[in-house]
Amino acid sequence: MTAKISFTLNGKPWTGNVHPLKRLLDTLREDAGLTGTKEGCGEGECGACTVFLDGQVVMSCMVPTCQAEGKKVTTIEGLVSDGDLHPMQDCFIQEGGAQCGICTPGMIMAAVAYANDPDSAEDMREALAGNLCRCTGYTRIYESVKKAMEKMSVSEIR
Amino acid sequence: MRSYLAEFSVISPRSLDEALWALKQRPAPAPIAGGTDLMVLLNAGQLPPGAYLNLHSIPELRRPIEFVNGEACFGALTTYADARRHPEIRKRLPMLCLAAREIGALQIQSRGTWAGNIVNASPAADGVPALMAYDAAVELSSASGVRSVALADFYSGYKQTARRPDELVTAIRIPVPEKEAVQYYRKVGTRKFQAISKVLLAGIMVLGKDRRIKKIRLVYASVMPYTYRARAVEAVLEGRVPDGAAIKAAVAALRSELKPIDDVRSTAAYRLRVACNLLEEFLSASSPSRGEARRG
Ligand SMILES: Cc1cc2nc3c(=O)[nH]c(=O)nc-3n(C[C@H](O)[C@H](O)[C@H](O)COP(=O)(O)OP(=O)(O)OC[C@H]3O[C@@H](n4cnc5c(N)ncnc54)[C@H](O)[C@@H]3O)c2cc1C
Ligand code: FES
Ligand code: FES
Repeated sequence: MTAKISFTLNGKPWTGNVHPLKRLLDTLREDAGLTGTKEGCGEGECGACTVFLDGQVVMSCMVPTCQAEGKKVTTIEGLVSDGDLHPMQDCFIQEGGAQCGICTPGMIMAAVAYANDPDSAEDMREALAGNLCRCTGYTRIYESVKKAMEKMSVSEIR
Repeated sequence: MRSYLAEFSVISPRSLDEALWALKQRPAPAPIAGGTDLMVLLNAGQLPPGAYLNLHSIPELRRPIEFVNGEACFGALTTYADARRHPEIRKRLPMLCLAAREIGALQIQSRGTWAGNIVNASPAADGVPALMAYDAAVELSSASGVRSVALADFYSGYKQTARRPDELVTAIRIPVPEKEAVQYYRKVGTRKFQAISKVLLAGIMVLGKDRRIKKIRLVYASVMPYTYRARAVEAVLEGRVPDGAAIKAAVAALRSELKPIDDVRSTAAYRLRVACNLLEEFLSASSPSRGEARRG
């Protein structure tokens, strides 16, 4: 059983024939060809698959594709505008917030969501608590996010 | 092992009527709300094949939190994030925010629903005990009508609930407690966040002017095979001043009322001991807590 499912992907309409229970993670990677979103655990624990669904952070391994119908999906690829990296991405590069890179797309999505809406969590640590990193020890990540949040004027926040 | 998707079908109804009609099929399709319990099973190859009912396509179920006649009303798709962000919930039903914070990370809280937590019926659910301590009622709708069941009467055994397969949870009604109510919510787990509880107590206590207990609710998670309201202990305490003697009597009553589970997360003996300690801590907190419930 497949079904026609449509949503807005990084600002553009997207339609595909996929099984309604297929994980949004797999639809993004296999059907939409956007492999920036990563899989770590496949059970909602690691955050590598974090994307925005109607502006809220979600684990895309926990979302059946049929529930993205009619919604706005934003992935790490959607943070780039006119070929320029998002300030959060720049700061992760400059501050050494990424090492192997597997956690990085999800970490950056969670960080951008927090920067966009600091009231969504008690503090930065809680905002990033769903994103596990085996490489950096987190300190460089926190520094990257702090620096990006200082740099981002409200108009730059997307 | 991954599940083989061809064995699954999904119905995405356009209205509540259509959904309730679809639930008349035998076997009834299983609802999917946020999917944070079901998708874990699917990814692990443990979800039973068959028909599923997508609740996200039903406009009637996507309504915001409302306050009506002194009660908060959640819809089927109200999430933990919705409750955490709601200023009135924070102020008047603070245990719900404390519970919401306990449930996975923000990426889970934005998807997981209170109704899903209730129907999933895990003895370790964190949302259910707070709702039960507030005397929440569950609205169940089917093609043959609507009924309301007190959450405290919803469970009768491990994963045994009052819900029939043809019923959807369409609302959760939560009475706002008295202003002076002492509220207590403490989860004891292996670490501060994102760990399944070993023991959890959600409690509410209202004292009269004479300091006697007018109303008390004691709800434990992870101790019994389902979220458990310790009614015998409540009966021992009602009408008494919560002094040393009353606390001693309550702890003795709790020891005989609870038959704790013994599993990979903890032993029955540990659970009983911690359940008693939490009860003592709660009863010793005599001043209204204004939601500053403790966590462990
Ligand atoms: C990483 C991770 C961490 C978690 N941490 C916690 C935690 O700390 N504490 C905790 O309590 N839980 C936790 N959970 C479990 C889960 O998030 C909650 O139980 C959540 O409330 C389930 O809601 P849902 O909408 O996602 O349910 P779903 O997975 O969609 O459904 C769960 C069950 O409820 C049924 N159902 C859902 N909605 C309805 C309805 N309206 N009417 C009838 N039946 C319905 C479904 O058929 C299914 O049986 C965690 C899950 C994950 C993946
Ligand atoms: S892959 Fe989705 S949370 Fe780990
Ligand atoms: S950079 Fe390797 S897991 Fe985070």
